[in-house]
Amino acid sequence: METGGVIKKPGSSKEVKTGSWRTFKPIATDKCKGCGICVQFCPEGCIKILKGKVEIDYDYCKGCLICVNECPTKSMRSKREEK
Amino acid sequence: MTRHFMEGSRVVAEAIFLCKPDVVSAYPITPQTHIVEELAQLIADGRIKSKFLEVESEFTAISSVAGAVAAGSRAFTATCSQGLALMHEVLFAIAGMRLPLVMVVANRALSAPLNIWNDQQDSISERDSGWIQLYVETAQEAVDTMIQAYKIAEDNRVLLPVMVCMDGFILTHTVEPVHVPDDVEVKKFLPKYKPTHALLDSTIPMTLGPFAYPEPYFKLRKELSLAIDNSKKIIKEVNEEFRQRFNRRYGNGLIEEYKNDKKIAIVSMGSVCGTIRCVIDSRTDTGLVKIRCYRPFPKEDLINALKDKEIVIVIEKNISLGLGSGSAFSEVRDVLYYLKKKPKVVGAVVGLGGTDVRSKDINALINKSKMMRDGEVEWFI
Repeated sequence: METGGVIKKPGSSKEVKTGSWRTFKPIATDKCKGCGICVQFCPEGCIKILKGKVEIDYDYCKGCLICVNECPTKSMRSKREEK
Repeated sequence: MTRHFMEGSRVVAEAIFLCKPDVVSAYPITPQTHIVEELAQLIADGRIKSKFLEVESEFTAISSVAGAVAAGSRAFTATCSQGLALMHEVLFAIAGMRLPLVMVVANRALSAPLNIWNDQQDSISERDSGWIQLYVETAQEAVDTMIQAYKIAEDNRVLLPVMVCMDGFILTHTVEPVHVPDDVEVKKFLPKYKPTHALLDSTIPMTLGPFAYPEPYFKLRKELSLAIDNSKKIIKEVNEEFRQRFNRRYGNGLIEEYKNDKKIAIVSMGSVCGTIRCVIDSRTDTGLVKIRCYRPFPKEDLINALKDKEIVIVIEKNISLGLGSGSAFSEVRDVLYYLKKKPKVVGAVVGLGGTDVRSKDINALINKSKMMRDGEVEWFI
């Protein structure tokens, strides 16, 4: 470890998969029009639009469900995580 | 080198002129006010090129200089008492991030009741923060110690903040003859700070003060503890190097012995040592061991200095509430516990809230110590 806990290599936060903190999981359904509003609202930057459909990065999504709340077409649903 | 008549606070400002920090930030508080005044004047007059940050509290003062050091510059701040207490949280962060900051504490009593005069409760209360604490006895020692402090703090083997503690009013507001070291000589002794582990440079991005899980946290705290222990060696080296260049030194850097070949030894810190020296000169049975460096605590040096004594008297200007004695008293007793033949250790709590410590009281204490029980604590009130 560096003196004083200094981190000299950038990007180390990527090693911590915060997705394991999740209690509820957002799931995109076929109703999604790919408007991208959820991309703007996601505080973790975990949502992308690929080929007009939503794709969620579950490695880092903490399950805040802001996307579910904001979706104008109600095409996001949530499911309780089972471990 | 010239000799000037100067107020203690002015001396600190002169030391800052010599050490040339890039950033200075301080919030005025009695009895440190004159230091801030003099610094602002120095900068306004263009004598030094430091950036002076005017802030609204001590918390901001210490936070902004912490940022300045983290960005790779040399910085300075000064405070005391309630101001130091307000800085408490940031003190630990600075030591933990291993930022070589230097701060002057113009020792003053803590509330309540509100009191502006000198005792050492404020800085003693921060003893576990990871800062190196050096207590000075005279204005001359203050200027010399400040120059040494930057050299100690910025040493690659140390990288720790240093608190230079000078008694409020007794040192800050008294005019004393002082040899101000020569600018060129100081430059040779204390070269420009070259930051290694903390630096604001977009080509080598880094994170300071990150979150740490239990194991790495514990590891870093242990590393910090080893670093401050290890700094004893460097403090001694710097003291010796200073003597070679400026022909002045303060004991071995950690402790200073005065006529310490007697059966009784007084252990003390700060300006009261001057009064104790006077008392000792008028007697034949007592010597002085001054603790100059309170953190790291000079265990080995104290054992050596006190091992053949019959009585050790610890005189200090702080009280550890609930322990019934000063902090140094219990620590000196702890150190002497390792000796086979243990001296009798008695303590004295003196000068709280600026109460005068008179030579006749110290004289009476030395006489009384012969009758006192081991571990007994006397109060000068």
